[in-house]
Amino acid sequence: MTRCLTALCLILGLPAFAGGEIWVTNEKDNTISVIDIDSLEVTRTIPTGERPRGITFSHDYSRVYICASDSDTVQVMDPQTGEILHDLPSGEDPEQFILHPDDRHLWIANEDDAVTTVVDVDSRTVVAQINVGIEPEGMAVNEAGSIVITTSETTNMAHWIDTATHGIIANTLVDSRPRHAEFVKDDTELWVSSEIGGTVTVFGTESKEERAKITFEIQGVHPDRIQPVGFEFTPDGRTAFVALGPANHVAVVNAETYEVEEYILTGRRVWHMAFSPDHSQLFTTNGVSGDVTVIDVASRKPLKSIKVGRFPWGAAMRPGAS
Amino acid sequence: MRLAFASILLGLWAGSAPALELGVTWLHRVVPPPPTLSNLDPVPGDLGRAGAELGLRDNRTTGQFLGHGYALSAADVPAEGDILAVARDALAASPFLIVDAPAADLLAIADLPEAQGALLFNAAAPETALRSQDCRANLFHTLPSRAMLADALMQGLASKRWTDLALITGPRPGDQAWAAALKASAAKFRLRPRGEAVWDEAADMRRNAAQEVPLFTQELRDHDVLLVADEARDFARYIAYNTWLPRPVAGSAGMMPVAWSRVVEQWGAAQLQSRFEDMAGRPMQDRDYAAWAAFRALGEAVTRTGSADPATLRAYLLGGEFELAGFKGSPLSFRPWNGQLRQPIPLVTDTAVVATAPMEGFLHQGNELDTLGLDRPDSACTAFD
Repeated sequence: MTRCLTALCLILGLPAFAGGEIWVTNEKDNTISVIDIDSLEVTRTIPTGERPRGITFSHDYSRVYICASDSDTVQVMDPQTGEILHDLPSGEDPEQFILHPDDRHLWIANEDDAVTTVVDVDSRTVVAQINVGIEPEGMAVNEAGSIVITTSETTNMAHWIDTATHGIIANTLVDSRPRHAEFVKDDTELWVSSEIGGTVTVFGTESKEERAKITFEIQGVHPDRIQPVGFEFTPDGRTAFVALGPANHVAVVNAETYEVEEYILTGRRVWHMAFSPDHSQLFTTNGVSGDVTVIDVASRKPLKSIKVGRFPWGAAMRPGAS
Repeated sequence: MRLAFASILLGLWAGSAPALELGVTWLHRVVPPPPTLSNLDPVPGDLGRAGAELGLRDNRTTGQFLGHGYALSAADVPAEGDILAVARDALAASPFLIVDAPAADLLAIADLPEAQGALLFNAAAPETALRSQDCRANLFHTLPSRAMLADALMQGLASKRWTDLALITGPRPGDQAWAAALKASAAKFRLRPRGEAVWDEAADMRRNAAQEVPLFTQELRDHDVLLVADEARDFARYIAYNTWLPRPVAGSAGMMPVAWSRVVEQWGAAQLQSRFEDMAGRPMQDRDYAAWAAFRALGEAVTRTGSADPATLRAYLLGGEFELAGFKGSPLSFRPWNGQLRQPIPLVTDTAVVATAPMEGFLHQGNELDTLGLDRPDSACTAFD
């Protein structure tokens, strides 16, 4: 009896399967769809606050943080039971956030407020608010925990914030509508995607200067439809998977040469993504088609589409019970 | 040059005087709106200006990180006032104007000796001729032309295979111009005209729509869609569900092609809408959007070039590198042959977006947005050559 009824699992608070889960926020359904990685099926649908977008787990996976944008709060949920434990003061319209390596501070982009808010998740207090550009969205923190990046969509900048002083140390212009940022290669590079610019800019972290610009081209897809948003790296840091929004493809980028090696077909308006615990599969949220595409990382082929809620946005992995 | 500038900008300029300052005047001719049967949708007193104000805020937020300052002054000219005198004063202060005025005013301002070398943005006049034979090198357009709106609607109808069109036209000159644009566009996309009628102003539609409209529309030949050309949205709202045949309505009621509407939510538009509503206390309309886009386009050009020189900014706006994130799903840019802002056109009802043109399958060798309105060969504009 490896399977149990979903409702029963929920009531008993048992972890459903050992292979882990992908948690997907459904922006227009105010729910999270939990996908079981073994069965590739939705096993739970959990209600959240309004317009859930960013989602991330605490380091020990005992709590999941959810940006409930239209409820103006970050919700803290027990992932076993799906119960909301408490809300965090997040500032207005939290869209996306990053958990600092100290596991204690959430750095939150307040999209409607042109502010980045730093919240202490233990004391549940706001530690700092930093004025940034219009519509902050992409958030990244380096491994050292010394620098946080906020990208602002309408101001078209990456703001480099010193985590010790909460002061902005630099502002670098990027192409139009930056959406997502990540530090990679042992903090030596910062990657920033630009949705309307259609590019990913690679900065050297030390110089804060542009090192490369990655562009995309898909036969039969108009360049204006190619809108890079979320991206993820393989653990070896050599390969990046870049979601291209309404181009309905994920690009596979060689992170050494900055060349695109392949394009993988997904559902419509592909947004964000998360790997399975063993990194053999990649799950992409497809905003318009309301589903998740499962990609086999080794063969770079889509395996399956999984129907989730309306306008799936964020994705986060929860490993199976040990 | 762009790279060098874009590379790195250390620190903040907060507190110190900006390294560069760009002032814009929003110049408005107050034109009393025509009387309409319904007073459900009053024209806001700050229509257009509120969009420019939001553009100012957006630009200032960006500018604070770059040492770029922005300013906006608004000038309202009464219906009988001397707009040229006000324009001269504004141009003496700054070469950047966002103009919300009828086409005749616009051309007179653009032709002022003081305006040569200035940069003017038309944010309210839909006349297609301003983008063609009447174009001016110093005049850009952020509001779509009637031809762009009509093409968007016809693409929407063609992709539904709703090919047979009847048309009711209102009595005002704008209605007739709108009807002419609809007919020209219907011919362009090979849709079939199935009869026309001119609206009789004498009817009181609030009481008698159920009696008047069936009789009025009974005369039209059978059609798939009933178009209504009524720019002030005076009588158009009373047509739907009162027609002789059960047919959808489009144009100035029912499904409408618009530059902007409160129902546009996708592509991050929800954020622009809520920023605007928080500031203005009302939904954003098409002329607000056009004024916002004009100021944002200028701001984007300043950000990327680090210059406030009108010639530099004009060249950047018309060059291949400029793109504006306009919350419509595609980058917006200016047509180098007539200064018109390329933009997707949502087809909306009062409560939802039905579709967004250009529709899938309407292809173009360069940019699909150029399937809407005057493409290079269609425009008689030579001032930009």
